[in-house]
Amino acid sequence: MNLITPEIGLVFWMTLTFLTVLFLLSKFAWKPIMNAIKEREQSIENALSSAENAKKEMAKLQSNNEQLLRDAQLERDALLKSAREAKEMIVSEARTKATEEAERIISIAREAIKNEKLAAITELKNQVAILSLEIAEKLVKQNLSSDEKQKELSNKLIADLKLN
Amino acid sequence: MFFPTFAPRIRNLSYMSSSTVLSMSKFTLHAVFTVLFTLIISFSFAQHDHAAAASNHSDSISTVDTTATEVHTATTEMHAEESHEVHSEAFDPGRMITEHIGDAHDWHLWGHTHIALPVIVYTDKGLEIFSSNNFRNHETHHLQDYVGKNTYRLEEEKIKLVENGQIVEHASLIDLSITKNVLTMFFVAGIMLFIFISVAKAYTKRPGQTPRGMQSFVEPIIMFVRDDLAKPSIGKKYEKFMPYLLSVFFFIWIANLLGLIPILPGGANLTGNIAIALTLAVITFLITCFNGNAHYWGHIFAMPGVPKWVLIILTPIEILGVFLRPFVLMIRLFANITAGHIIALAFFSLIFMFGDGGKNLGAGFGVGIASWLFTVFMFFLELLVAFLQAYVFTLLSAIYFGSAIEEAHHHEEHATEHAH
Repeated sequence: MNLITPEIGLVFWMTLTFLTVLFLLSKFAWKPIMNAIKEREQSIENALSSAENAKKEMAKLQSNNEQLLRDAQLERDALLKSAREAKEMIVSEARTKATEEAERIISIAREAIKNEKLAAITELKNQVAILSLEIAEKLVKQNLSSDEKQKELSNKLIADLKLN
Repeated sequence: MFFPTFAPRIRNLSYMSSSTVLSMSKFTLHAVFTVLFTLIISFSFAQHDHAAAASNHSDSISTVDTTATEVHTATTEMHAEESHEVHSEAFDPGRMITEHIGDAHDWHLWGHTHIALPVIVYTDKGLEIFSSNNFRNHETHHLQDYVGKNTYRLEEEKIKLVENGQIVEHASLIDLSITKNVLTMFFVAGIMLFIFISVAKAYTKRPGQTPRGMQSFVEPIIMFVRDDLAKPSIGKKYEKFMPYLLSVFFFIWIANLLGLIPILPGGANLTGNIAIALTLAVITFLITCFNGNAHYWGHIFAMPGVPKWVLIILTPIEILGVFLRPFVLMIRLFANITAGHIIALAFFSLIFMFGDGGKNLGAGFGVGIASWLFTVFMFFLELLVAFLQAYVFTLLSAIYFGSAIEEAHHHEEHATEHAH
């Protein structure tokens, strides 16, 4: 029965010892140990989450970069296209302008030619009239004495005409 | 209640600790040392018991009395008082085992070598402190009375008041002696203070870094207590109870391990002493009571949702349950550890019983090998039990704390818990 009869002395010493150990360890061991473990766990957690964030950030940056690249390409294409269009426009404009100018010049030239021709024709007409008059005058002057002479004269006049 | 989740936890822990060991890359070295240590312990245990038996033997031979009796001597008086001399030729395993698992006022080392421990008694004549050596005659090594303010007699390791040569029963005597168990208790306290304060220093010195040395041994166990015992059983408010749970876990574990060492720092059956188990269980009980909230007490005195007439039966049962829990806690620890000690000692007793006090050496030797193997097996089992009992005590304490601080909104969970 000794075995299952608690001794007062042991209960007393046990209470005293255990409570002292509990107090001392709570104050000097468990508190710093638990805090340290907790802090370390938190710092590890923070490190992990910040790494995760960095990864996400990186992915975002990368997709941004790709977007930028794509945009730049598109812009370049657009620029090239508009430049080509502008070039073609300029060239065709120039061509039409040149054609118009040429036509205008040609028409002016044609006008001038026409005018010159008319002037020349008038001049010729006038000259022919004058010459005819002169011939007529000379014919009249040479008299109509003889036929021969008339013939001679007309031949001579015709020869003169040819000389002109 | 906890057994379904129990095995994976243990596996988890063994994995953790072995991984720490492996990380130190000294695993094989550790294994070799463990085996050697166990062998040494088993041998010294044997020698110890042999010495004890031999001392009994020589005691009886030195004062030969032919009216020798047999096995019953354990229950009869065996102290070497002039008129009470009883001698047994036969080895008495019952007495040997009872002596070993009980408390003592001196620390028996070998043969007639004892370490005297202070005796502190309080009687109506006041406090008295003297050495337990005074109970022992230096010439004959027999027990004798000590005369101080009163006359004291040591009977079956209990101090009794003596008047006119007769023991006064029911005398008002409070024995506060530093016994073998008290000294072991101080030793456990010392080990705990040393280990954990130095570990705490290591934590504050190297904050946020990986554990090193003792830290890496202690940390997985602390984490185990926190994550596998406290958090699931108590819930969010577990931090408040961590100091007690950790202290009680390590106290029981270290005390259990010390109980397995048969030589000086160990050898006492501390956690297998009912007073120790009682004190720890009472502390758990008090913490549970002081932390009990309205919900907890409400469920004990007036279980909600139960007809009034049922409460007449239910409330006494619940109140009984409140006291039954620490009682079971105490019995479990006490019985498990004591049983382990008794079995180990019983195996050793077999050697001496078969050896028949040296008359039958062959049988003693043969049985000795078998019992030695059994005891080694028991030792490993006890290593497990040492941990297991610390685990169970802590887990049940945590569960009681958890039920005390549980809030009302877990009603369904609570109901199922009660059903178990």
